[in-house]
Amino acid sequence: MENIHKKVGSISFSLLSPQQIKKTAHVKVVTPELYDKEGYPVEGGLMDTRLGVIDPGLRCRTCAGKLKECPGHFGYIELGRPVLHISYVKAILIFLQTTCGECGRLLIEEEEIIKNKARIDKLIETGKDELIPKINKLIRTSAKATKKCPHCKAKITPIKFEKPSTFFEDTTRVTPIEILERFEKISDSDCMLIGVNPQFARPEWMVLTIFPIPPVTMRPSITLESGERAEDDLTHKLSDIVRINQRLFENINAGAPEIIVEDLWDLLQYHVTTFFNNEVAQVPPARHRSGQPLKTITERIKSKEGRFRHNLAGKRVNYAARTVISPDPKLELNEVGVPYAIAMELTVPERVTEWNLEWLKTFIKNGPKVYPGANYVLDGSKKKKISAETQEVILEELIPGHIVERHLMDGDVSIFNRQPSLHRMSIMCHKLKILPGKSFRLNPAVCNPYNADFDGDEMNLHIPQTEEARAEAEILMEVETQIMSPKHGLNIIGCIEDAVTGNYLLTDDNMVLSKEDAITLLLSIGVIDTEKLKKFKKNVTGKEVFSALLPDDLDFIYDKVIIENGQLKTGQIDPKTIGEGNGTLLRDIHRSYSETKCVDLFGKIFKLGIAFLMMRGFTITTSDADIPEDVRDKSKEITSNAIKSVNEIIDDYNSGRLKNFSGKTIEETLELMVMKKLNETRNSIGKMISKSVSLTNNAIIMSRAGKGNITNLAQTSVLVGQQALRGKRIERGYKNRTLSLFKEHDKSPESRGFVRHCYKNGLNPVEFFFHAMTGRDSLMDTALRTPKSGYLYRRLANALQDLKVEYDGTVRDASKTIVQFSYGEDKIDVSRSENGTIDVKKIIDEVTKKK
Amino acid sequence: MDKNIDITQHVLVPKHTKLSQEEAEKILSNLNIISSQLPKILKTDAAIKHLNIEPGEIIEIERDSPTAGKTKFYRVVING
Repeated sequence: MENIHKKVGSISFSLLSPQQIKKTAHVKVVTPELYDKEGYPVEGGLMDTRLGVIDPGLRCRTCAGKLKECPGHFGYIELGRPVLHISYVKAILIFLQTTCGECGRLLIEEEEIIKNKARIDKLIETGKDELIPKINKLIRTSAKATKKCPHCKAKITPIKFEKPSTFFEDTTRVTPIEILERFEKISDSDCMLIGVNPQFARPEWMVLTIFPIPPVTMRPSITLESGERAEDDLTHKLSDIVRINQRLFENINAGAPEIIVEDLWDLLQYHVTTFFNNEVAQVPPARHRSGQPLKTITERIKSKEGRFRHNLAGKRVNYAARTVISPDPKLELNEVGVPYAIAMELTVPERVTEWNLEWLKTFIKNGPKVYPGANYVLDGSKKKKISAETQEVILEELIPGHIVERHLMDGDVSIFNRQPSLHRMSIMCHKLKILPGKSFRLNPAVCNPYNADFDGDEMNLHIPQTEEARAEAEILMEVETQIMSPKHGLNIIGCIEDAVTGNYLLTDDNMVLSKEDAITLLLSIGVIDTEKLKKFKKNVTGKEVFSALLPDDLDFIYDKVIIENGQLKTGQIDPKTIGEGNGTLLRDIHRSYSETKCVDLFGKIFKLGIAFLMMRGFTITTSDADIPEDVRDKSKEITSNAIKSVNEIIDDYNSGRLKNFSGKTIEETLELMVMKKLNETRNSIGKMISKSVSLTNNAIIMSRAGKGNITNLAQTSVLVGQQALRGKRIERGYKNRTLSLFKEHDKSPESRGFVRHCYKNGLNPVEFFFHAMTGRDSLMDTALRTPKSGYLYRRLANALQDLKVEYDGTVRDASKTIVQFSYGEDKIDVSRSENGTIDVKKIIDEVTKKK
Repeated sequence: MDKNIDITQHVLVPKHTKLSQEEAEKILSNLNIISSQLPKILKTDAAIKHLNIEPGEIIEIERDSPTAGKTKFYRVVING
């Protein structure tokens, strides 16, 4: 880290003293008027040019700086009567309670004062400053409890605080003047004991006698289209303060009755309070004429729309678009479909050269309203908008060196993003494809890395504006480069839904297509390698069609899938070879060939699957839930046997014969045994079904390739099984029973949420109720847990975001402090590994074989 | 609890050893860091109490690792 000239050592906050306010001020403001008749700022007014300038052309009379050169200067006003600073009323209360009104001393015994002073001094000496506030607190509590001043023996009347800013001693009001007098009497050393360093904050500075006027630069007025001037909220508030202050002075000098003066004084207090904070409890907020509350100092800073979260931590960019997303499987994986409306609004800057001059002129001729057109031309210094009037001049003046901001076109580079951006695959680089419509279109296979679906999701698109940005996006962020997930080394982008089912059915052993069909299929997805198509005989197997996509030298073995020399010999393609998150075939291709090859091949496999499924057709019917008679009978037998044995266990429990597992009570043991027994039932039935039902059953096909599993079929056609609520059988409801129709302490399966019927034949009322219970519970659970875990993840990611693997393999944070001595302790880049390991032998074999 | 239990014998406590001056310097120069950039360990940590250690010295910890089998970790001793 070079180039650090100054480093912030510490920051301290302190109060402004009246002297300091006067010293910093350059103007004494005397009039609430802003401008004279000519529209010039009034001298001694709130827009005085000595306070800084906000109009171009004018010069600051304090520093002679122009707009943007002059940082602005403070002014001040003298208040007719002191008022309290609303942010310090709590501290004022503490000082009133802990000090004597007569002598101004801290309300504890002299010896205590000496003792505590010594303790604090010692703590400062030993560097344990953090313990001092604890001592201060003890002092304050004991001082508050004192009834009689130990120093001047005066009686202490308890101080009452009435919101927002009035203090009473018994029933008489303590005015800010009296507060000021009291505070001036407090000694510096007593302040230290109470917990305030008088060097930075004397208590009397919390009562304002001099009021600082902030520079005009922090409250600029805006000129409306109608020529009227609209002042900033702060200026409005300040002119209120100045006006009331003047009236207060006038009344005091004229010797007006005390009631009138006090009324004005309270009004001044109100204006000063709302100037600092317009959201104080029990103070009606100051409002515009339209009724909306003024945004004063506190509101400028705090909360989501405040300076920190909105302006300093918030990031906004130009050249970006956002709209709803929808799927388009005909797009390539690394493409994104962009509506014309967006393509004509966002632009790419194109530098004019003598070679592209004519080409760029066609865009200017089209103008901003005809598609491939252009919106602006930059000629070195000026940015010119292209319109019907300016078009001809711009065309004539266009010379190499100018920059034309032309509309987006097919193939332009973009950056596509969906929030929450939890991992690096949440922002990827896509090539544009301009399409009709109003939504962004994307290949459904990239839903997984973005975690997107199409139920109304919106995504953001950014257009890089420089060559460097485009190059960086293409090299580092292209979808191709993101296929292998850094979390498990497998593809995060894979075939889904129809694509898997289609390939599964296509590569079935019995699938045979006619030559015409096979060629139509392959040509429709863009396979133009006619050499391979020529080899097809009259009848083509599905495996041959699939193999037509593969490179000739591909060898691959996984489970039953065997590919030799680019020919699929045996086995059926399923999610384990091409699916999301576990596509071993895709991984092998990615490693042995190139990223581009992998994406290209993947795109073709994906499209082949969809095209084939479209040709073949795919659906599901009620008869798919019919299972053979014998299987059903056998399942019923298994179920009744399970219930019978559960009842036996319950009998054992009731008669006290059941022995508990170590560390478990007898009740827990019973529950465990029963749960185990009943869960076994559904699993064994599931297994039985998958063995016996024909492979042409659509539900089975989906359970093997697509979204579904065998339990879905088992639950529809045989038995739904045990309903679990928070990992246990259902036990809530009435006293010692789940529903009023059961006896108390009934532990039988049917009274605890075991559903022995299937969805197809229907559940009985009791089963239905239990099923609804668990259904509702899981719905609630997901709705409540998602935001919680999301926030947890966000906090974790933010805490770890500056960790980085350095060139020497160590993991370090931003200050280069070591966190891990070698990344993952084995220095393996998971996205380039197989399940987190590197098979050296395999690599050697491959290399030696090639030679 | 028995105060005489030797926690270094416990399966979950990895082996802590004190590095000599030369070894420590070698580690630091290999990593191109100063000792304050190392992870820290309290002088009063139960696992190094018996090593008779001074602040500023470096402890080598040999741990079992699910990815690499055995792995070495270094910590600099600090005062609490």
